Amino acid sequence: MLYAILCYNAEDVVMSWSQEQDDAVMAKLDVVHQRLYDEKKLGPAMRLMGTSTATTLHKQQDLVIDGPYAETKEALLGLYIVDVKDLEEGLAVARALGQANPGGAYELRPLRLYQPGVDIG
Amino acid sequence: MSADIAWIDAAITSARPQAIGALLRYFRDLDIAEEAFQDACLRALKSWPEKGPPRDPTAWLIMVGRNSAIDGVRRRAKTTALPDEAAISDLGDAETDLADRLDDSHYRDDVLRLLFICCHPDLPATQQIAVALRIVSGLSVKQIARAFLVGESAMEQRITRAKAKIQAADVPFETPGPEERAQRVAAVAAMVYLVFNEGYSATGDTATARAKLCDEAVRLARLLLRLFPTEPEIMSLTALMLLQDARARARFDAQGDIVLLDQQDRTLWDRRKIHEGLALIDKAVRHRRPGPYQIQAAIAALHARAETAADTDWSEIGQLYAALERLNPSPVVTLNRAVAVSKVDGPEAALALVDPLAKALGGYFYFHGMRGALLMQLKRDAEAREAFNQAIALAGSSAEAAHIRSQLDQLTDGGQFARA
Repeated sequence: MLYAILCYNAEDVVMSWSQEQDDAVMAKLDVVHQRLYDEKKLGPAMRLMGTSTATTLHKQQDLVIDGPYAETKEALLGLYIVDVKDLEEGLAVARALGQANPGGAYELRPLRLYQPGVDIG
Repeated sequence: MSADIAWIDAAITSARPQAIGALLRYFRDLDIAEEAFQDACLRALKSWPEKGPPRDPTAWLIMVGRNSAIDGVRRRAKTTALPDEAAISDLGDAETDLADRLDDSHYRDDVLRLLFICCHPDLPATQQIAVALRIVSGLSVKQIARAFLVGESAMEQRITRAKAKIQAADVPFETPGPEERAQRVAAVAAMVYLVFNEGYSATGDTATARAKLCDEAVRLARLLLRLFPTEPEIMSLTALMLLQDARARARFDAQGDIVLLDQQDRTLWDRRKIHEGLALIDKAVRHRRPGPYQIQAAIAALHARAETAADTDWSEIGQLYAALERLNPSPVVTLNRAVAVSKVDGPEAALALVDPLAKALGGYFYFHGMRGALLMQLKRDAEAREAFNQAIALAGSSAEAAHIRSQLDQLTDGGQFARA
């Protein structure tokens, strides 16, 4: 059974970490990552950039707004990782997906860290 | 759950602008607000490790700080006359749940007011920066003094004088209208960029002490962006600083000498900062409301996107500088456009742009350095030598002077000049 673990924390505080504090946390996490990786339990892991880098495409009205998607009535049901040139191309991908699956919204949030992990397919 | 010191430290740092902003609104006095916050922090350090951090650290700090300052006012009231209730204003909301109100636009205005007060137009730029670093960022006087290369007591005096000036000036506390808010945001953005440039212009030995200023400027810009998440100029300012700061490690060699953009080792550029900067400039451009920061960030983005110096899209950069010139005409912008023109149309065309700036920029290091480089490319060696000598006389640091000297040394075998 695959589980997703979604990371939440106080963004204000995390963004106030100095580079040293940030590195220290990442080093501690890396120990856990490595163990899970060795046990062949770690799939893709990623860290997103801050919410101020987010852009949201509301699929129905093709409305693009700044900031994260914060509509609590709808739940996070999955995510894609795409390799695109810039935000424009990212929005084009989101629109194409939205045509196949209308309703709701896609939040485009740049990644800060990406570890593909083991093949657990 | 107990909170470790690093977590508390980060929580206090991030809460600081909001908490001091709110305390300033209650007490309308910077010293009382700072003292109240200080007191709340001391109590947090005692209480949080034992009891665990509160659900909302900012609300906790505001509440505890306010109560402690009210106690202080009451204690002092025993020996002096009781202040008018209006002097400790805004107690009307004491009973409402502070945590619920932290998302309120109220708090956005508190932080904006605090930042705006620090860049009061009566204060010279260096004082604006010092006050903002002290009050909003919470840097110690010692740290600020080191960054400005002055003694601690001199900096202490400078900040005290600036605060007295602010206190004497009439700071409006009512909620600003949309137009005034926009003006405040612009003034604050300019101050944040000043902080950044103060750090970025550092060279050699001072670079480490001043790099802290760049970090603080980025932090302040992020704070502004959280307050105004849809404002393209704030996105752009943040992007601009991230993209420039990304080059920090490549700008000087091991000897502390300047390495020009063309010659920088691009593997030393900080990819993480570049990616975030590019993400933000992409968002800003979508608004189709180009402002000065957006154009400058777009230029920085073109440099960042070029894998090698030869890949740089100088023609696009030239067009962006032309747009900036129309929006914000200044001889320095024209000088920068001349760099792009020299790459696209050659040194002669660039020199035709640069020469008429002599009157305005005759006392500017980069003007003479740029002229010298163009003349050198045109093999007008005697004039180039003269221009370089003028540049050396105006150099702001030993690294700048050393760089021009190395240009002088190559006078016979050509070379190029561009601002690193």
